[in-house]
Parts: sequence; C-alpha cells; structure tokens
Amino acid sequence: MTGSELAAPGTRPGSNRSRLEAASPHYGEKLIQGLLAFCGIFAVAATIAIVFSLMVPAIDFFREVSIVDFLTGTEWSAGFADASYGVLPLVVGTLHIVFWSLLVGIPVGLLSAVYLSEYAPERLRRLIKPVLEMLAGIPTVAIGLFAFLFLRPLAEDALPFLPWSGPYSIGVAGVAVGLLTVPLIASVSDDAMRAVPRSLREGAYALGASRLRVSVRVVFPAAISGVVASIVLAGSRAVGETMVVLLAAGANPGLTFDPTESALPMTAYIGSTATGEIAAGSVQYNTIFAVGSLLFVMTLVLNMFAIRLVRRFRQVY
Amino acid sequence: MWMVTEKPPRTARLAAAGARAAVDDVFGARSAGDRASSAIFFALLLLGIGVAMLGLVGLVTWSIVEGAPRLDANLFIEGPSTLRPETAGFRPAILGSIYVVAGVIVLVVPLGVGAAIYLEEYADSTRWWNRLIELNIQNLAGVPSIVFGILGLGFIVRGPLSLGQVAAAGSITLAVMLLPTVIIAAREAIRAVPQAIREGALALGATQWQTISRQVLPASISGILTGVILAIARAIGEAAPLLLLGAVTFVRFDPQLFEGGFTTLPVQIFDYARRAQAEFHELAAAGVLVMILLVLLMNSFAIWLRNRYEQKW
Repeated sequence: MTGSELAAPGTRPGSNRSRLEAASPHYGEKLIQGLLAFCGIFAVAATIAIVFSLMVPAIDFFREVSIVDFLTGTEWSAGFADASYGVLPLVVGTLHIVFWSLLVGIPVGLLSAVYLSEYAPERLRRLIKPVLEMLAGIPTVAIGLFAFLFLRPLAEDALPFLPWSGPYSIGVAGVAVGLLTVPLIASVSDDAMRAVPRSLREGAYALGASRLRVSVRVVFPAAISGVVASIVLAGSRAVGETMVVLLAAGANPGLTFDPTESALPMTAYIGSTATGEIAAGSVQYNTIFAVGSLLFVMTLVLNMFAIRLVRRFRQVY
Repeated sequence: MWMVTEKPPRTARLAAAGARAAVDDVFGARSAGDRASSAIFFALLLLGIGVAMLGLVGLVTWSIVEGAPRLDANLFIEGPSTLRPETAGFRPAILGSIYVVAGVIVLVVPLGVGAAIYLEEYADSTRWWNRLIELNIQNLAGVPSIVFGILGLGFIVRGPLSLGQVAAAGSITLAVMLLPTVIIAAREAIRAVPQAIREGALALGATQWQTISRQVLPASISGILTGVILAIARAIGEAAPLLLLGAVTFVRFDPQLFEGGFTTLPVQIFDYARRAQAEFHELAAAGVLVMILLVLLMNSFAIWLRNRYEQKW
C-alpha cells in the first residue's frame, strides 16, 4: 500500500475523475513510512547477521574437521593435543536436559493448565496467572544458582542410594530447567484449552458427563495441537537454556547416560568455552560456532513446528 | 420466550420438572468409582499447580535465607575482591547493568515499536516481504539467547562492527534479542485499537501518521509499555549472551559505555557462583535476591499496568 492510495481512498491511478489526493505530496509521511519499514527490515537483517556470524567460522571449522565426523563422533576433546570433535556427547547432554525438564514440565504444566482453564474460579485464576508469569520472569541465573546450591544437595539427601558424585548433576539441572518450562507449557496450553468453544463443553455436560470427563475427553483432545505446541516450545527452550546448565550440570564432555553424573550440553559448552582464554580463529574458537549452528538449526526446526501447530489451533476455532 | 419477571406457564413448569426427574433417573447419583476418580483428578490438578507455585516460593525463600546476611551497603558500594570475599560486592556489576539496560531501552523501544507500527498500520500482509518479516520475527523470538551471544561475538565485538568488549556491544546484542518480544507485545496493543478510531481520524482529514501518532499510539500506550517493561526485566536478568561478549572478566573499576571491560549483575552472580569459597556463594545468593526483587517488582508493575489500563472498547 502506498501513501498516495491512502491519501485518496477510492481513486485509482489513471482514472479520469478529478484526483482527490492532497495538494502537497506529503514527503514527511513517506519518510516516516520508510523509517518504520526500516525498523521491520532490521529484524530480518538481524536474522541474516546471526546466520552470517554463525556460518563464516563454522565453514572454517568444517574445513579442518569433516562434517560426518562432527555429527557422528562419540568423543569430544576440544583443546587437547590429539583433539577429537565428535558432537554426540554434547547432544546427549542436551537430550538429558530436554528429557528431565519435560518429565517435570509436562505433568506440572498440563495439570496447571487444566486447572486454570477448566476448574479454577475466575478470582483464583486472576491470582495464579500472574504468579506463573512471575515464575517465567525469574532470571535463569537465579534458577541455576538455586539448582546448584540447593536442589543438588537436596536431591542427594532425598535419594541417598543413587551414586552421586561431585557437585554437579545433569539430572538436577534438567529438573531445574523443567521449572522454567512450567509457565510456558501452562500458559500456551491454557490458551489452547480456553480457545475450545463453550458449546463443546455444554454439549458434553448435557449428556451427563462429569467435569473430569469433559476436561480429559472433550477439551483436552480438542486443544491437542496447542498442547503439543506448548511441549515442543518447552523442548526448544530446554535445548537453548544456558545459565542453569552452565551452573548445575558441570563440564564433563564424556558420553554419559547417568542423570547423577556431570555432563556437558551444547549450550554449556559454548558458554564455558567462550569464557575461557582461547585465541580467535583457532579451531577450538571455531567449535563455538559449529556447535552454535547445530543449536540454531535444532531450535529453528522445533519452533517452525510449534508455530505451525499454534496456527492450526488458532484457525480451527 | 417470556420475561424474567413473569412466572413460566404451568405446562412449561411441568415439562421442566419432568425432564429433571428423567435426568435424575437415568444419570442419577454418580457411582462411587466415578466420584473417587474425579476427586483424585482434582487432587492431582491442585498438586500440579501447587508444585508450580512451590517452585517460585522455594526459590524466593531460599535466596532470602541464603542471601540476607550479605544484604548490606557493601553489596552496592564494593567491587569484587578475591582477598576480602566477606566484604566484596556488586558495584561495577550494578553500574554495568544500568549502562547495558539504558542502551537496550534506547535501541529496542524505537526499533520495536516502529516495526510494530509498520506491520500493523502500513504493511500489506499479502505481500511476500511483509510475510517474511512476520515469520522472521516469530522465529527470532524462539532463537536461544546464547545464539544472540554468538551474533554479538561474531558481528558486534569482532567482525563488521568491531566495537570490542564494551557495554555498548552488550546493549546492542540484548536489544536484538528482545526486539521480537517488544514487537509482538506492541503489535497486540496496536491491534486492539478499534478500526473506527482510525477511520474517524482519517475522515476528519488527518494524515495517516497524524492518525497513528495522535490516536492509535496514545490508545495503545499502556499495552506497549507493558511489553517494554517485561523486555527490560528480561534484559536485567539475562546473562548467557553477555558471557560470549567477554563480560565475565573481574571488573574492579566502574565501567564505561564504549571503553574498557564491563560486567552486569547476573554475570557477576555467575562468576561468584563458580568460585570455591562459601562467602562467594552467599554473595551470589544476595545478588540473586536483589535481582529477583527488582525483576518481580517490574513484572508486578507491568501486570498491574495491564490490568489497570486494559481498555475495553
């Protein structure tokens, strides 16, 4: 839409009628529109800049290390004399975080969502929603510290029969990340459930269904795409979470499947390597960007999937 | 249909009574098993919401218990010190946070609100470039914060902009990260202004920008402000991208915007937390307490603002 079309609604360029367009060409108006469009384009430029800053060093890295070795290798020993760059241990570390966080986030988040959308009286809802938003606003470094200094010792006291060792645990870090994903799952699922039309609920109640049955058999299935979207978003959040993992998961780059052990998820690797002293342009420096690219692609795929799902539940009703 | 004040006719009352009796007869009182499962489900729901609340309450309580002993003037006027961990504080970090956040506000408010106005008021959403911008913003919102740190490292600290490890680089990085948040919030606020207001202004001869600046923006300002405050709260607490910009160095001096190293409150907390001495852990907890109070205060202000000024058209 151009400025002239707006200044003279109803006239088409080239029509014979006298033009309704304002006498002055309104350069100021056009300038403002141009500036505003620039703001929109800036967001696209930011994405291009991200891809650019990831790609250039990553390409350098893949000149030295084959991409197949990178994606399939099971040993990560960057910075050693005989360096090996198999990213799988880092990916497994990230999957640990996703698994444990969803194990906490899905039940707690979904139960909260069902309660908020189907059970809670309006006044209680108005009280609980902001508290959940507060939880979402807590800085992650605070949750990381809480996990490292409080949850980890607590877990050892509560489950003394597990083979705890050292101050770090990938499982506890995952549970703490789960705490972060609860508000996300709860609020997106709550939105999806509230978007289910009243008539569906009323129909079920009219057939004599109990509230439990209406929630679980009618509302929940009707909102399923939003619920799945919330879980995918939470997974993407867990993949990208850095501070909690950096503080509570340790830095053991070995391949491990034991939640009580220390591990090194991708984000923690990036964070800890970047804070160390490494020369720009070295292979080790470039690993930051290679691992970062993988992280970027993983979260991008998850987000695209979630955006599609959300669009679906917004459209149906 | 009859008026509420009138009594329904006798036949209708009889029909209603009959229907009610039939329903009671068929569905009757629910079975014990049904009632038990309902009760269990309700208990589970309360447990779920309880765990969520407990997470927040536990975190705040823990930081108060752990950090309160160090919550004194030293926290704000002293810098980091390995020699005297018992009196070390957050002065350079707090100043650094103020610089970085001020820079974020200066950058993200005009860019974010401008993009939102463009997308809501000017852009023709059937055009591919406008759809590209929208999709792009949605995706940018989901990019992990540490990837913005990589952008900052590769594009701002080094590379094309080459500002070096300064507070301004932190501001730019965080501003780019928060841009989608501000844009999405501002768009929602602008979209909530009814079309009739715009049409009224245009009909009176206002230009499009006059309509936007004198009608649409004032009407949506509280929603925009809410989004901006939430974004600033995030900027205060964000540490991951700043780690990549070199913000973890032990900064003893007061930082400057374009010169010398910088650190911020959450990054300093992270730095203290990684040290072995228990004094530093306490100090980190005190820092968390300060940061949580600040962030909670801002979030509650934003929520209050939204509830207070939420306009029903």
